[in-house]
Amino acid sequence: MLAKRIIPCLDVKDGKTVKGINFVNFRDAGDPVELGAQYSRQGADELVYLDITATHEGRKTFTELVKKVAANISIPFTVGGGINALSDVDRLLAAGADKVSINSSALRTPELIEEIAKNFGSQVCVVAIDANFENDNWVCYLNGGRIPTDKYLFDWAKEAESRGAGEILFTSMTHDGVKEGYPNEALAQLADSLQIPIIASGGAGEMSHFRDAFTLGKADAALAASVFHFGEIGITDLKKYLSEEGVNVRL
Amino acid sequence: MEVAIIKYNAGNIYSVDYALKRIGVEPVITDDPERILKADKVIFPGVGEALSTMTYLKEHKLDVLITELQQPLLGICLGMQLMCRFSEEGNTPCLGIFDTDVKRFLPEKHEDKVPHMGWNKLKDVKGKLFTTAQDGQFAYFVHSFYVPVNDYTMATTDYILPFSASLNKDNFYATQFHPEKSGDVGEAILTNFLNL
Repeated sequence: MLAKRIIPCLDVKDGKTVKGINFVNFRDAGDPVELGAQYSRQGADELVYLDITATHEGRKTFTELVKKVAANISIPFTVGGGINALSDVDRLLAAGADKVSINSSALRTPELIEEIAKNFGSQVCVVAIDANFENDNWVCYLNGGRIPTDKYLFDWAKEAESRGAGEILFTSMTHDGVKEGYPNEALAQLADSLQIPIIASGGAGEMSHFRDAFTLGKADAALAASVFHFGEIGITDLKKYLSEEGVNVRL
Repeated sequence: MEVAIIKYNAGNIYSVDYALKRIGVEPVITDDPERILKADKVIFPGVGEALSTMTYLKEHKLDVLITELQQPLLGICLGMQLMCRFSEEGNTPCLGIFDTDVKRFLPEKHEDKVPHMGWNKLKDVKGKLFTTAQDGQFAYFVHSFYVPVNDYTMATTDYILPFSASLNKDNFYATQFHPEKSGDVGEAILTNFLNL
């Protein structure tokens, strides 16, 4: 049976790891390669590295970082941030990334999903969606949660799937950084309506939140950042807990 | 020891290269037949689509070369599938090293997502790539097509149905999973291959 995945997410700026609380204000949380290697040793199933640098110089630094991660870490990892064209995907895959995550660029140019799927396979293409719950709807946002769009979560996720997305990484802006759990109802609705894996993101504060994302939310993977970075939850302990709670995880 | 990674349009060549370097081997990545023929071990990686990959291999005359190799060869993922007789992906005639066909996963219920992507257990392991330590351990898979359990099966994994996680016939070894992405378990399996 396929194991449910635990994925630490590392936000990287100028070569260092940071984590946003509700998408603003950053706290430092260490060296990305060392942190990733540590997570891998603790039993993380995959890693996500998000480049939150906007400058050209920062992009080059990030590509170098991707090479270091690939050289040092023996589990799959996804990279995201600043991917606007097929050439960006090519550069990051060539540097050793296993998958790419696209967010704003997919909303702006949905055809990019098809291009990635056609050239590199759907399994490479993770479509990340930042959505905020407002007026009874999940509104998709651009630019790290700064600009609302006219797209809604369920329609956009379905469209992304039909265009060739391999996975949906759904971050609830409503829940992110609040540590009160994942949006399980919305996750379950996504899982029921799509055929591709769903990665839950944003909201983990306790171990039971991960369990609920898998059982109530029917997610295939759960992503978190600060609870891991600041040592509030250990990945080894988390996976042991999940296994005891009947969730199939890799131990 | 010289280890050659067959260079072609496969997606995971560099991951395999990095994994070998982590376990202390400096491989050559090459499509030069001479170089491949004289290597002690050959790795045939693979991430991509069957038909276009077979076409590429034929154009570069790597198809005949691979089947004639005498030294240990390890096919990974699509590499393993191309070592079979025929693949339902693009209805592609393949290399025919393993006398078995490659089939598409057919979901039986909504939860059966395709591709089979993530960590799953190796079962009933046997042969030289494995030790009993790997029985029941998790390996990393990404694939939409599978090789049914057959006479050459050296490990199985359950997803929708039991399928071949590894194959072996003479000097030809293969894994459906990605040892280069399977943490310590994968590195142990790669080491076992290099020690053949």
